[in-house]
Amino acid sequence: MSSASTAAALAESQPRLRGRDAVQQYIGKKMSGAEIFLHALEAEDARVVFGHPGGAVIHVYDEMARVKPNFQHVLVRHEQGGTHAAEGYAKATGQVGTVLVTSGPGATNTVTGIADAFMDSVPIVVFTGQVPMPLIGNDAFQETDTLGVTRSITKHNYLVRSPDDIPRIVHEAYHLARTGRPGPVVVDLPKDVLMAEGVFQFDEEIQMRGYSVPDDCDEIRLHRAVRMIEKSQRPLLYVGGGTINSNAAEVLTEFAHHTNIPVTTSLHGLGAFPEDDPLSLGMLGMHGMWWANQAVQHADLIIAVGARFDDRVTGMVDRWAPHAAIIHIEIDKSCISKNIYADLAFNADVKSVLEQLRPLVKPKKVKRWLNKIQDWRDECPLTYADDGELRPQYVLEKLRARSGGDAVVCTDVGQNQMWAAQYLKFTQPRTHITSGGLGTMGFSLPAALGAGFGLRAYGIDKTVISINGDGGFMMNAQELAVASAHGIPLKVVIMNNNFLGMVRQWQELFHENRFSHTDLTDTNPDFVQLARASRCAALRAERPDQVDDVIEKAWKINDRPVVMEFRVVKEEMVFPMVPAGKSSDEMITSRHAPETFV
Amino acid sequence: MNEEALTLTPQQLIRKRAAGEPVEPGAPPQAQQHIINVLVENSMGALIRVVNMFSARGFNLDSVTVGVTEDSTISRMCIVTRGNDRVISQIIRQLNRLVDTIAVYDVTGTDFVERELCMIKIRCTGEKRSEVLQINEIFRGRVVDVTPDILALEIVGPTKKVDAFVNLMRTHGIEEVARSGRVAMQRAPQPAGSEI
Repeated sequence: MSSASTAAALAESQPRLRGRDAVQQYIGKKMSGAEIFLHALEAEDARVVFGHPGGAVIHVYDEMARVKPNFQHVLVRHEQGGTHAAEGYAKATGQVGTVLVTSGPGATNTVTGIADAFMDSVPIVVFTGQVPMPLIGNDAFQETDTLGVTRSITKHNYLVRSPDDIPRIVHEAYHLARTGRPGPVVVDLPKDVLMAEGVFQFDEEIQMRGYSVPDDCDEIRLHRAVRMIEKSQRPLLYVGGGTINSNAAEVLTEFAHHTNIPVTTSLHGLGAFPEDDPLSLGMLGMHGMWWANQAVQHADLIIAVGARFDDRVTGMVDRWAPHAAIIHIEIDKSCISKNIYADLAFNADVKSVLEQLRPLVKPKKVKRWLNKIQDWRDECPLTYADDGELRPQYVLEKLRARSGGDAVVCTDVGQNQMWAAQYLKFTQPRTHITSGGLGTMGFSLPAALGAGFGLRAYGIDKTVISINGDGGFMMNAQELAVASAHGIPLKVVIMNNNFLGMVRQWQELFHENRFSHTDLTDTNPDFVQLARASRCAALRAERPDQVDDVIEKAWKINDRPVVMEFRVVKEEMVFPMVPAGKSSDEMITSRHAPETFV
Repeated sequence: MNEEALTLTPQQLIRKRAAGEPVEPGAPPQAQQHIINVLVENSMGALIRVVNMFSARGFNLDSVTVGVTEDSTISRMCIVTRGNDRVISQIIRQLNRLVDTIAVYDVTGTDFVERELCMIKIRCTGEKRSEVLQINEIFRGRVVDVTPDILALEIVGPTKKVDAFVNLMRTHGIEEVARSGRVAMQRAPQPAGSEI
């Protein structure tokens, strides 16, 4: 007891060692599986662990109180919030997010977040407690077949059978989560393994014969790419989230400037290329810019960079980019030629390919092509009504002006997400965090919480904004209490239209105004009161002239989260729009022109 | 339909051909059977992951066999599946993507030997019995169990041969059939100069 507290006092007086250096002292020592586990996390330099205790992991929490490991444990209020927080942490910092939960319901509550991370290539490691090994398969209390449940939504998963295996498996799990195409890894920890005594060993070297990071970038491919680029007259870069995962935003920007090739990004690619750049076309796809989709449909060469041709990008695949040859740079081979055949593929790291390709390509003369795109831009600009009503697009423009594009923005799913993607004009990587692939409502608030902890842990001074609809906000509103408990100064925006807006939009456009179960007018809580009850500051705007004042006040509060409720109009829709399953040249551009706009 | 086919751009034609999709309007989709050998870590988890991937991604799975190799840490799976070129290349890539997968070989289109084992129980007596035994002889089968009214036979061969055998036996009162699923192995390359 006394030695532990002396050690803690000593540690506080000195800068704490990180990573492997922090655990050198434990190598070869006997200790419980639970303590081995804590040191294994230290070895990976996991700085924040989002967790919730329970029976199966109670020994880990007990050792945490005794050993005082050098990471911060954040007690989330729902395990789903924990996984999204780890995602926000990972996406804001580029590091691996960590989650620790108990067995059974603790594990199943993480499933949505794991599936989300799998779809969006987010590096997180989720540690789940498990009933003791002899009870596995017995329908024991809080038992779930976690490996079985998470098999198809993880990059890989493990069941730990001996305390001695813990450091190796933890090390492999972080390696798998981080490298190649990042993704979630689950490690299932039976209670008896955590209680048993083992020896702490740590080996830096990874031995996995079935896993390697591809690097198919050779001279022949590079020269073919150069020829294709030189031959093209209407080239286009289509940039996805893989570019940000590969830390290649800067290299990509240089590549585009060097070659004069215009850039459109997917939802996850936002921030990889500055949207205030003349070469930027903004987002493409279902709710992308009309001119970006026009450029796709007319391009004769598309260079897809760290992107996977999602159906929200392509619409009807058979009719997507009918004239374009495709060069695909992608770390995950299974994404190449999955939806759109790649005439030339680099199964390699985006950054390394772009770095090798740039000096080989001569700047292109594409004035006519850029002019054509400018014409499209002028023909169908992004607009919304200016009629004295409070509209979400207006709020977003004001937020963009106040934050100057420097904030980390976490958006939820639905209309709020699409408006944010259209109007916030992202200029830096890792400033746009959203649930794109899985489309998880309730993602934004916990993701912002995790981003806030991540920025704090790495000493990055940036404002974190969480943008929500009234529907999605309610799905993880419990995490407000965690943000206020830790004084994370989140700027939480609720675009309250008292409707499940995106579903409402589809019901109006495609289901003859039958607003089945989407009207929340009489069932939403008072969001200002809800926020205050969670010890957050709360503000509300109902008219456009109140918006500036609310934002100014919110930006002055820096010791706790502030919730801003904007009572926006119900009927606002996200335009332009490619209806699901239609082709990218069949965009609806306004409510009054639902006929095809070609 | 016809008009649409005519309006396909050269690039769209390239994509359709690469996917192994029919270019002519109204042509049936082309799905081919493929035999894929997969080396995986010898663990229960690896086997389940492979099979699970097929169901999770909606791939066709005609048969799977698994057994340990000369290296006791490696299992070899032989998977029979079907699909067009795009589907087959997706299957191979998704198999490779699994962490427990060590190697994937599509043996279809190469020079390989395939075998399947089948055990079959037939209820027969008297004259019928000698007829069954005659057919068994033709197929080089073996008798593995005999009772006064039951014959159990074992036959090994390419799947087509097994199919033919089982079909012939249908008229003779099949009690039970157990088939192993296919295994396949590529032939060793011929020594240089041996081809005529």
